[in-house]
Amino acid sequence: MRCRTWTCTSKQERGGYPRCPVTMSLSGSINLAHHNQLVWDIPAIDSFELNRAIYRIPQTDYRRTLDELTDLLELEPLLNKPVRNLSLGERMKCEVAAALLHRPQVLFLDEPTIGLDVTMQRRIRTFVAEYNRRYGATVLLTSHYMADVEALCRRVVVIHHGKLLFDGELSSLVQRFSAHKTIVVQLGDCLADLSSYGQVVTCEDGYVTLRVPKAETARVTERLLADLPVVDLTVEDPPIEEVIEQVFAQEAA
Amino acid sequence: MTSPTIHIRDLCKTYIVTEREAGVLAALQSLVRRHMEKVVAVDGLTFDVAPGEIVGFLGPNGAGKTTTLKMLSGLLYPTAGEVTVLGSIPSRREKDFLRQITLIMGQRNQLVWDLPAIDSFELNRAIYRIPTPDYRRTLNELVELLELGSLINKPVRNLSLGERMKCEIAAALLHRPQVLFLDEPTIGLDVTMQRRIRAFITEYNRRYGAAVLLTSHYMADVEALCRRVVVIHHGKLLYDGELSGLVQRFTAHKTIVVQLEDCLADLDLYGEVMTCEDGYVTLRVPKTETARVTERLLADLPVIDLTVEDPPIEEVIEQVFAQEAL
Amino acid sequence: MRALLDVYVQQFKTTLASQLQYRAALVIWMLGHVLDPLIYLVVWSTVSRSSGGSVGGFTTGEFAAYFVVLMLVNHATFSWLMWEYDYRIRHGTLSFALLRPVHPIHADIADNVSFKLITFVFMLPIAIGLAIVFRATLHLSPWAVAAFAPALLLAFLVRFFLEWTLAMVAFWTTRVSAINQMYFVVALFLSGQVAPLSLFPFPIQVAAAILPFRWTIGFPVELLLGRLTPIEALTGLAVQAAWLALSLALLRLVWRAGVRVYSAVGA
Repeated sequence: MRCRTWTCTSKQERGGYPRCPVTMSLSGSINLAHHNQLVWDIPAIDSFELNRAIYRIPQTDYRRTLDELTDLLELEPLLNKPVRNLSLGERMKCEVAAALLHRPQVLFLDEPTIGLDVTMQRRIRTFVAEYNRRYGATVLLTSHYMADVEALCRRVVVIHHGKLLFDGELSSLVQRFSAHKTIVVQLGDCLADLSSYGQVVTCEDGYVTLRVPKAETARVTERLLADLPVVDLTVEDPPIEEVIEQVFAQEAA
Repeated sequence: MTSPTIHIRDLCKTYIVTEREAGVLAALQSLVRRHMEKVVAVDGLTFDVAPGEIVGFLGPNGAGKTTTLKMLSGLLYPTAGEVTVLGSIPSRREKDFLRQITLIMGQRNQLVWDLPAIDSFELNRAIYRIPTPDYRRTLNELVELLELGSLINKPVRNLSLGERMKCEIAAALLHRPQVLFLDEPTIGLDVTMQRRIRAFITEYNRRYGAAVLLTSHYMADVEALCRRVVVIHHGKLLYDGELSGLVQRFTAHKTIVVQLEDCLADLDLYGEVMTCEDGYVTLRVPKTETARVTERLLADLPVIDLTVEDPPIEEVIEQVFAQEAL
Repeated sequence: MRALLDVYVQQFKTTLASQLQYRAALVIWMLGHVLDPLIYLVVWSTVSRSSGGSVGGFTTGEFAAYFVVLMLVNHATFSWLMWEYDYRIRHGTLSFALLRPVHPIHADIADNVSFKLITFVFMLPIAIGLAIVFRATLHLSPWAVAAFAPALLLAFLVRFFLEWTLAMVAFWTTRVSAINQMYFVVALFLSGQVAPLSLFPFPIQVAAAILPFRWTIGFPVELLLGRLTPIEALTGLAVQAAWLALSLALLRLVWRAGVRVYSAVGA
């Protein structure tokens, strides 16, 4: 874990107490050889108190921030257990809390949702979004979990082999690299020939998967619904993971 | 009816943990008198896995998935209940049993850190008593399937996370186990590598008929690999059946996003309007109405583009987890 | 049996290669093992010289010989696992060893012996050098040298099994450092590292003989230096063999109990 304080000539006042801009690094990568913030053998709350002293957080601010974090991350039952007795997800939640007690202005999040279940992933995302909204903190996030990126980031920076590949809006990245959509129609069976509508990918148990150029989507869908007894349908962008894979593959080639 | 590869009945695991208040005073108190608490990690779990089946094992953090896997691989002693894997009782840790299983935990290293992976492979060959011709053949197959190439000759500490995981997986499968326990195998890997690992597991299962019990928080893993899922929460079984059945049961809606010129049109007649932004209108409609509503939308309005989606499976799973929590 | 031999061969390959990666650590351990007896050597030599050339049946030269041989025997029989086992259990790295169809002790034996194979190349010349510098007087007899080999082997095994069992304490408590320290303080006195056991009061000597400590270091040293009669040597070997059986039984017991309570946290 890296946490550096810069000495600065003019003290900035934020949230009621004087502070220099402090960066915080929160690493989600689980390497149990080093624990980021929490002391292994004692309850998390003791480590929090330690951080309070280290970051010179005034008592009232500490209490308030701690209450907010406890509420948002549902830490209540976890605070008094020795950290080594917590499950992975519970430990991550406590690590996040410990890292944010001093209300840093810049957050470096390295795979923050790794190892967490879907509910907790969403809560962390919501939490980061809320933290950013409330305190105007700058967030630099890396994640292999595209749902993190989709939920939190409007802008993405893509690097590969140490070089910058793309810097811009996530939506335009998707635009640039996906020229198709996938339509899945549920018919009675697989007998009909749908090649006139688009590229037939598979047909299984009456579910036909078609690939069509993005611009044709609305038209093809209209025709399918008019011509055939469609029971149910799905029209989807390619999963963003596929898009990202293509982006990576581009530079690898 | 062949006997199941994995048989679990009323399996329970209870931990005793210490708990104390914060501060030095409490720490001193705890020297003399320790406040113990019972934690029930697994509570009467019952299910079977047939030979060659790939089963997804789902549950929120702390649900008891990893605890169950550890009991199945012999690392933990159950508190109560029955468990057999390939006819053996795992906690007896019989050598023949250990030779037929493998536990792969994401981001965990069993390879010797300072040496090339191939040296660890040789060690495993000796430990698992793999006859040399079988070893050579399996090694070649694994190198090919996982695209290891020259990676096995580099010291493990010099490999990237993804390369290391591939080598770990190879090391874990050299003895061609019949039962694979995979605990978050794709954690921390980039999308390309995740997909390759999934493809590999599918192929391994196809070729050798190994039973696979997989836990993962990446729903993409589960969707790609598992027809059947077992969901646990608070150590209890919530659901045991097809993934599609789970989705069916918990999603009654679909989401339609139509791209129009602007947000002026009122689309309440078509379904529940969720949002409208830059001309993109998001509607929620009952699943059964999807085709009909889509047809009407396309007929009535100047639709530039559209998307019709199931709710993301993560939402479904969240709902499932939330259910028993109530 | 052949399969186990194969395991050892492969295990040795990896442990030797791994140990060689940490040369600084090897040097530091060796330094410690040279300095400890060296200090006692200097102290006792000084005491002996100022007491008219001998103390309690040891001349100055014999003290030097005692501590040089002790240095080698201690180095040959020592293990460090009790300091590491706590980490293995708390961080779950033990899980990998438990998943394998061989007992984890074999890997640890190979690791331990690899260390000694590498370091003995340097320890031996150092010992010889110290013996020359401090004018050690050795009275070697052929039968004593012959008996020394099995005595050393038994000493190694007994000490290794006992200390491996000590390491198992980590299954039940996290405060193993305190327990390890206690063990080492007792061992320091009762195994002959501070002074030859014959210099201690009789009750201490009895304690050292009843407990395994004399048999892990002191006995092989006294044997090589020719300070024992053949009968005493044979009896000693028999006691060592008994301790071997006892320590093995204790190891089995504690291991089985430990695995049962292993909670695999952190893995």
